[in-house]
Amino acid sequence: MRTPPTISLLHDPRWRGAIWQVALAVIVGFLLWEAADNAMSNMRARGIPTNFDFWNRTAGFDINQTLISYSAVSTYGRAFWVGLINTLVVAGIGIVLATVIGFVIGVMRLSTNLLARSFASVYVEALRNIPLLLQLLFWYNAILVPLPAPRGSLSMSSITLSLPDTATLVVSAIAAGAAFAAWRLSLRFASIVTALGVAVALMALLFGALSFVGQSGGGMLHFADHLGVYLNNRGLFIPEPQFGAGSEWVLLAFGLGIALSLGYGVYARARQMRTGKQSPVLLVSMCLLVALPLIAFEASGRPLAFAFPVLRGFNFQGGMRISPEFVALTLGLVLYTAAFIAETVRSGIQAVAKGQGEAAAALGLRQGLTLRLVVLPQAMRVIIPPLTNQYLNLTKNSSLAVFIGYPDLVQVFAGTVLNQTGAAVQVIAVTMVVYLALSLLTSMLMALYNRRMALAER
Amino acid sequence: MRSVCLAAGLVLALASGAQAGVLDTVRQKGFLACGSNTGLAGFGLADSKGEWSGLDVDFCRAIAATIFNDPTKVKFIPLTAKDRFTALQSGEVDVLARNGTWTQSREAELGLNFGAVNYFDGQGFLVRKKAGVTAAKELDGASVCVQQGTTTELNLADFFRTHGMKYEPAVFATSDEAIKSYDLNRCDAFTTDVSQLYAERLKLVNPDEHMVLPDVISKEPLAPAVRQGDSQWFNIVRWTHYVMVNAEELGITKANVDEKLKSPSPEIRRLLGVEGDFGKGLGLSRDWAYRIIKHVGNYGEVFDRGVGENSRLKIKRGLNDLWSKGGLQYAPPVR
Repeated sequence: MRTPPTISLLHDPRWRGAIWQVALAVIVGFLLWEAADNAMSNMRARGIPTNFDFWNRTAGFDINQTLISYSAVSTYGRAFWVGLINTLVVAGIGIVLATVIGFVIGVMRLSTNLLARSFASVYVEALRNIPLLLQLLFWYNAILVPLPAPRGSLSMSSITLSLPDTATLVVSAIAAGAAFAAWRLSLRFASIVTALGVAVALMALLFGALSFVGQSGGGMLHFADHLGVYLNNRGLFIPEPQFGAGSEWVLLAFGLGIALSLGYGVYARARQMRTGKQSPVLLVSMCLLVALPLIAFEASGRPLAFAFPVLRGFNFQGGMRISPEFVALTLGLVLYTAAFIAETVRSGIQAVAKGQGEAAAALGLRQGLTLRLVVLPQAMRVIIPPLTNQYLNLTKNSSLAVFIGYPDLVQVFAGTVLNQTGAAVQVIAVTMVVYLALSLLTSMLMALYNRRMALAER
Repeated sequence: MRSVCLAAGLVLALASGAQAGVLDTVRQKGFLACGSNTGLAGFGLADSKGEWSGLDVDFCRAIAATIFNDPTKVKFIPLTAKDRFTALQSGEVDVLARNGTWTQSREAELGLNFGAVNYFDGQGFLVRKKAGVTAAKELDGASVCVQQGTTTELNLADFFRTHGMKYEPAVFATSDEAIKSYDLNRCDAFTTDVSQLYAERLKLVNPDEHMVLPDVISKEPLAPAVRQGDSQWFNIVRWTHYVMVNAEELGITKANVDEKLKSPSPEIRRLLGVEGDFGKGLGLSRDWAYRIIKHVGNYGEVFDRGVGENSRLKIKRGLNDLWSKGGLQYAPPVR
């Protein structure tokens, strides 16, 4: 056996590479450390704060949208969380809505209907080619200008939603059940039974509906002069639900409903695999999700009250408010991002071989089913990576909130807090870390989804 | 994002070790970098030709005049309220004359020094006449438009807290956006320093439908600021204002300054550099004060031109009159 020729470590390409890399890392690390050290000592010399002591100090300013309790006597740290949550709310709602609209527009772009196709094209070309900031300012003005001042608020006064009493509820449930049973029966038997079934169903529905629209307070929908919903240029004011003791049972029942319907779904699938018979999964789960919490709600003595907004002085007080800034920002981000998502969806669908659709058609699948069962699942593999980019963009673009006065992380933390504390380096560093973390988290979730959707290679 | 750039600039500026004195740096680059308002009539505003004017603008011109004997050697850098202190800390500007309020924490925590107060102001409210409000205490429940990153934002919170009243702040990055939203009826009131209320009111569609409430809810001493750690530069900035106030007190104006060189008054002779060399200690020339008055004028002239009688704002001298006339403007003597 021959021993391999020994060479000096310096001439071994692997070792040499490692040595160079270590040397480079040391130099870069030293430079960074030196710069940081220099910055710290210079900041100290100039009396600029170098630590996070400000975090627990009283902020002293107010924020107009706080989903966690916050007031002027809260700390800067609390203000950070308020801003972060506001950012998350806009980003979360924005991503969901942009995805829905984006998919619809993307599919419409490939529609055979000229009107739908042209609308989608105009939408995409217009919205993705106008700078987002302009769009945000446009929506903000478009919302503020036509809306009245608080005294002339638009209110939905004609229809009021309130909960019916237990008797009405039971009668309605029986009526709905009867209507459903009649409908199922009429499917099985012909002629006379059908007529009978339809008649019973109509009667039942009518009775149920009547008991819901009862004027005398027993109904669910009735006419009243206030619904507690007001719209003006300070925002949309809606009643605030206040949960009393026992509401945890309702939540529990809802959770049980979800678990049961999931279980039923699994059972139904297994049954279909075994026997080929389909089960009414949607219907059963809807019943479980609605009926169980409703029964718990009744049983625990209706632990729900509403705090209604009341016009006092300048504005409505009490209740919940959706601010015009929030609506303008969400609307702007959603419509803008949806245009890009639509293009992503279109490219994904066009990337699926035409033969796939033709094969599905040959099997007798309708157009909608072809899209849902054959084309989209394959298109998703192309769509997901660029879709992730759009989600990241939407989240980062939400920082434009500062221009229309929505209190997001950048506006509250990198704006007011930075200015009041003077801790520019720390505040910007924290803000950057937060956006980085949000982006990495989104990427990670999308990567997981991507792995699930990826083609199972053989 | 501008604040990210500024923060990066701050890190770089701070990471680059020792620096020369600001006066030497300014002389070397040949102009003064002056942090200015993005556009506030009376204090700092560029016209359509890019010509800047206003009280704070004239202050920077005065510094340039005393250093270069040329008031045009200023580069005005418009800054929002939010970014201004970071820009000063990072060295992007040499002096910040941007109607900034002198507060304890800005000196103690932001590492800044405030020069002499060149405008004594206070915070007030602008409301619609038809709202029927006559005093700030009647604003319970109101929505208030306010600019971000100002003492205004804090005073507002304090005021409503003190009186146990509720309000909704609508906070905007620039004063322009705040006043525009107020004009669109997003808010019941707009708040800032009273001098600015008069200036911003001019931007409204119908200025006559709005009024400034008589209440002043805070003390706002507006003063130019510099970075800490350069006493010479701090002295120059402080004394630039005192020269203008002393000149007004001694009756020296832009027009008669050459005549006054022959004045027998020892105070005037010292100020104008005829007797003694008071510029030397500041690293400036003997005629340092003469240059300021010759090119820019005394405080009264600057005030009238910027915000007073000769301007569109027509603000009365009030607190900003000389101490001898019942105001607060008081300058230490040059001797």
